[in-house]
Amino acid sequence: MTSLPPPSKVQLGLVIDLDRCVGCHACATACKEWNDGGASGPLSDTDPYGAKPSGVWFNRVHSYEVGDGADGCTVHFPKSCLHCAEPACVTVCPTGASYKRAEDGIVLVDEDLCIGCKLCSWACPYGAREFDAVEGVMRKCTLCVDRIYNDSMVPADRVPACVQVCPTSARLFGDLGDPDSHVSRTVKEREGFDLMPELGYRPVNKYLPPKRQMKLASLATETAAIDQAGFFLRWVDRLLTR
Amino acid sequence: MHPAYSVIFFTVASGAGFGLLGIAAIALLLGAEPSLLSGVLALALIGGGTLSSTFHLGRPERAWRAFSQGRSSWLSREGILAAATVPVCLWFFAALYWQWVLAMFAAVVALLLAVATVVATAMIYATIKPVRQWRDPWVVPGYLAGAFASGAAVWAALDAGVAGRVAALVALAAWAAVKLFYWRSIDRPQTGPDIGSATGLGKLGTVRPLDPPHTEENYLQREMGFRIARKHAARLRRLALLLGAIVPGLLLLVSFLVTPFAIIAALSALIGLLVERWLFFAEARHTVMLYYGTNVV
Ligand code: SF4
Ligand code: SF4
Repeated sequence: MTSLPPPSKVQLGLVIDLDRCVGCHACATACKEWNDGGASGPLSDTDPYGAKPSGVWFNRVHSYEVGDGADGCTVHFPKSCLHCAEPACVTVCPTGASYKRAEDGIVLVDEDLCIGCKLCSWACPYGAREFDAVEGVMRKCTLCVDRIYNDSMVPADRVPACVQVCPTSARLFGDLGDPDSHVSRTVKEREGFDLMPELGYRPVNKYLPPKRQMKLASLATETAAIDQAGFFLRWVDRLLTR
Repeated sequence: MHPAYSVIFFTVASGAGFGLLGIAAIALLLGAEPSLLSGVLALALIGGGTLSSTFHLGRPERAWRAFSQGRSSWLSREGILAAATVPVCLWFFAALYWQWVLAMFAAVVALLLAVATVVATAMIYATIKPVRQWRDPWVVPGYLAGAFASGAAVWAALDAGVAGRVAALVALAAWAAVKLFYWRSIDRPQTGPDIGSATGLGKLGTVRPLDPPHTEENYLQREMGFRIARKHAARLRRLALLLGAIVPGLLLLVSFLVTPFAIIAALSALIGLLVERWLFFAEARHTVMLYYGTNVV
């Protein structure tokens, strides 16, 4: 059914720390690797080694420049399905292929029902759905539903592939419906935010802002402290920063 | 948004079919007798349009599944309403030669269904929040006016009566007026989402794209990234009005003297509508392109 289930208490999702992300694309690659061979695969590629490669990815890493001059910084910005609380991508679906799970809020596509009308990809403001032209069906992030509940994996592995692979731990996975969960507390502490909240999709996934200002400020005090330090400390500092 | 020809042809053809059916129903209620040909043509336009709409599906063989979600999906509702119209249309035209009272009743149902189906088609677009040009309040009136203008033009081409041609003239003028209001509305500067709110980084300063996530175009850019230059859009708007309203209007006036000109008028109106529908997609901008560096949508 593409009507939405009553809001569930559990809302599984991701928290992306834009302060930590170094833009290495490991999450995107691990996602492609896992899901290409997993329950929602294959994620078709056309002309992979040719002039115009094109393929289906659930996760894409953009890079932006924010601010000007000395205040400017580079922000790497991974983007995948936000598993919205009000996912219009689900309600527009004419076949029932798109649905939001009642038990944990994960938004999925049943590819056996999908007719490939692409309407859901129009309804998603974030570009989280990509049409697989080879298979003729819509594809999207599953929050690695085939990992996180997978009894045959050791518990440490029961997280989305992108979360597991991230070398800087810029991706956190958990229950954002529970205000006391690790992810919810982090979002509160770090003033996590929604993407395009004005559209009313109420994304479950949150983004944590870069701590740029804080870092610049503390860097300035550190340098000042070293300048006042004695000869020996200045020598050590020069040696170490060489 | 990418203008897919199958969808453009579908909405114009089936719109004209539903418009023609609606006009035939109104004609009957006002005491005229719709020709059998108008019924056949209405069904052909609806059927041909619907068939073409399946061409853009990834899995056309599963199209029947699209009837299942009428509770939430306008696309599903459109399918259900369109499918329901076909037997009513048959009943309507069969009853004409059989039982007048029944035909009158069928005409009322057919008219309601025709209007409802066109509204459902328009609502598919009007409920897509990420596309400002489709959320516009003039979208539903535009689809309705387009359906009835083209339906009336086809009716006038089939029927030599004066009333039909006057109706077509009025409907074409109404369509042109609604489209002018629509274009004025979407041209107004808007304060929608921008790259700052799309990334949530706007509060830290201006946001500029540095590196794209991939080197070649992906599905999102092909489907939602289609852009048309303002200059071309303005030219095509004029062409749509010319072919869709002005030329058919003049030809309809001539047709009061030389009847067959009404046929050319109907063809011109349909071509004008195709241009307008192409623009409806080409001028629509999706918020996903903000992530790829478009500043405004
Ligand atoms: S991010 Fe897009 S695809 Fe995912 S739930 Fe929200 S609207 Fe749907
Ligand atoms: S493409 Fe598939 S999942 Fe998306 S709206 Fe159409 S039928 Fe539903």
